[in-house]
Amino acid sequence: VTVRVLLPGGLADLAGGARSVAVDAAAGTTLAELLAGLAASYPLLGHRLCDETGQLRRFVNVYVDGLDVRGEQGLRTTVGDGATVQVLPSIAGG
Amino acid sequence: MTTLLTIGTTKGLWLARSEDGRASWTLDGPHLLAREIAAVAIDTRRTPVRLLVGVLSDHWGPTVARSDDLGLTWDETEQGAIRFPPDTGAALARVWQLQPDGADRPDVVWAGCEPSSLWRSTDGGRTFDLVRGLWDHPHRPNWQPGGGGAALHTVVTDPGAPRVLVAISAGGVYVSEDGSTGWEPRNRGISAYFLPGPQPEYGQCVHKVAADASEPRRLYAQNHHGVYRSDDGAASWTSIADGLPSDFGFPVLGSPHAAGTAWVVPLTADAERVPPGGRLRVHRTRDAGASWSEVGKGLPHSCWVSVLRDAACVDSAEPTGLYVGTRDGCVYASADEGDTFSLVAAHLPDVLSLRVAEVP
Repeated sequence: VTVRVLLPGGLADLAGGARSVAVDAAAGTTLAELLAGLAASYPLLGHRLCDETGQLRRFVNVYVDGLDVRGEQGLRTTVGDGATVQVLPSIAGG
Repeated sequence: MTTLLTIGTTKGLWLARSEDGRASWTLDGPHLLAREIAAVAIDTRRTPVRLLVGVLSDHWGPTVARSDDLGLTWDETEQGAIRFPPDTGAALARVWQLQPDGADRPDVVWAGCEPSSLWRSTDGGRTFDLVRGLWDHPHRPNWQPGGGGAALHTVVTDPGAPRVLVAISAGGVYVSEDGSTGWEPRNRGISAYFLPGPQPEYGQCVHKVAADASEPRRLYAQNHHGVYRSDDGAASWTSIADGLPSDFGFPVLGSPHAAGTAWVVPLTADAERVPPGGRLRVHRTRDAGASWSEVGKGLPHSCWVSVLRDAACVDSAEPTGLYVGTRDGCVYASADEGDTFSLVAAHLPDVLSLRVAEVP
């Protein structure tokens, strides 16, 4: 399957400058597996998104086809063929 | 030579430089904007000099950044210089301290982190290994986080031995004779008024520890209420708070040259944590804490913010320079051991970390 990953501007430089990255994955892949594959290609990007236990960082939000994965199955959310995975920084800071 | 003063704040790093013997300063920054810089090391053992910076982004997490051109460019280890091993189940939350070892161990750098842990690099700070002897210590599950988090925030090395002292909030002081194994609590004589029962073996809320110039087994400790001195490598501590307006504060600094000379920055506490009467002042001892003098002409008279544990440092010049940063983003420098201060920077974010060194 092919999945489109959309990155915010601050992270695009870590994936070769592209804000949209096409990722090939196995059918039935989960978000965790997708992000692990992305991290294998772009380690610094992977470090920005997830800590060393594999958990999404607290203020990183990920949407699969427009749905916040924290309201779905989290990192176990299945990512289907043609899905769009969008990474957005949450509103945080002070 | 240039005197380089690094100013780590809640929102980035600034670099102040003096080319005229600390008489005047120019400010360069921000570097690493919008990232918290709680720890900085200026590693002058290397050529070129290396800056190591503990970086924390609200969004993108913590890491260590390196610069070998004094801040012109920054680099970082792709998967993170500090990564907890999988079996720990832990994740790095913040780098609290970066401490180069002695000149005889030029590639060794220590890091103190949150959750409370000690790390050792043997490649100049590119990668760090968890010091398992401390992580696996049976006391660790009982260490309580201080107000700033579960932090190992101080690493004091011994120039003549592999001995390492660490300070943990709130675990207390621990020492290992080889820097790896056999970690023992060294808090005898230090109060933990916030815990019930008799004085505990560990659990004290130590804020900072500094070595005296005379010999590495003489130490000073600023605690959460309590200022102490040890003359036996932290085996025992004696109060030296008499003569201070408050026994609360965060930094303690030892002179690099003059035995018995140290500085603290007292705060009214526990709840207030402001300079006594709104007068920010440094207190200096020249007799290892037997007596204290208020110094700091030029520091503000109407100042209601605190000086955090690493927001003060000393240089190695003669006379010793002293640097103090506040939570309202001001940095003050003294070229005369704290007698008089001048303003280096104002209106920066909260100052978390100051370090200074002579660089080419």
